Amino acid sequence: MKIGQKSKVSSKIPTASIADIVFLLLIFFITVSVFKEYVGLQVKLPPAKATQKIETKRLVSYIWISKDKEICIDDMPGLHLAGIRPIISQKVSENPAIIVSIRADEKVQYGYVAEVMEKLKEANALRVNFATTSEREGG
Amino acid sequence: MAFRVKKHVKPEIEIPTASLADIVFLLLIFFLVSTSMNPDSGLGLTLPPLGEEVKINPENILNIFVNEEGKILIDESIVELSDVKNIVKEKIAANDKLIVSVQTAQKASYKMMIDVLDEVKLANAPRISLATPQF
Repeated sequence: MKIGQKSKVSSKIPTASIADIVFLLLIFFITVSVFKEYVGLQVKLPPAKATQKIETKRLVSYIWISKDKEICIDDMPGLHLAGIRPIISQKVSENPAIIVSIRADEKVQYGYVAEVMEKLKEANALRVNFATTSEREGG
Repeated sequence: MAFRVKKHVKPEIEIPTASLADIVFLLLIFFLVSTSMNPDSGLGLTLPPLGEEVKINPENILNIFVNEEGKILIDESIVELSDVKNIVKEKIAANDKLIVSVQTAQKASYKMMIDVLDEVKLANAPRISLATPQF
């Protein structure tokens, strides 16, 4: 009786397609990543439960309002109320679908935030978002 | 004289691709690390265009007043923050054209206004207006 000889199964993992897969992932991450991250001002955002996510990060401009009533738009710190309108107007003309994310400190007076919103209205930036820290409902 | 014609040897042209995967992996890792995956979150709102005054039937407006001490007034009665959601929900169920107007005092803190706005949002109010009371 002949014992069946074990044929050597070639145990090679095909690696030729790895590069393609990795390229695919790479392209995904290149398209997804947004490089502009601003430092902004030190603010303590208020907590909220009904938060929604902004998916389109490219459309977002940020306005920081610190509790000392200091204003910073994107990478431009040290602004005052009068300085908001020209900057935002320009951003709106570049990108009409802009979303302005208001990152105000929870201790700032509401009247001041209302004035900032008034300036945004004048600049025709109507989509705003009040940045908050998310808080689980019931938690 | 033996004259040998030089034989053209076809040189094998090949771009080495073995390291390609490594390079791409390196780039991939760079993008993985530098990508921030946490999208911004917050309470979204669309402001009305400037100078647009629309007359609204006062019956369709629910005024919520917030004063500087954080007291909340709905329909002339002071309510707790935790009750705002249910009150707004009931009112919307009764009248689907309702506009919720959150009127926050100038001196009230931003947090109070966000707290109230949050509750109104949780009640799924379709139309919200922000204002400062004039008095």
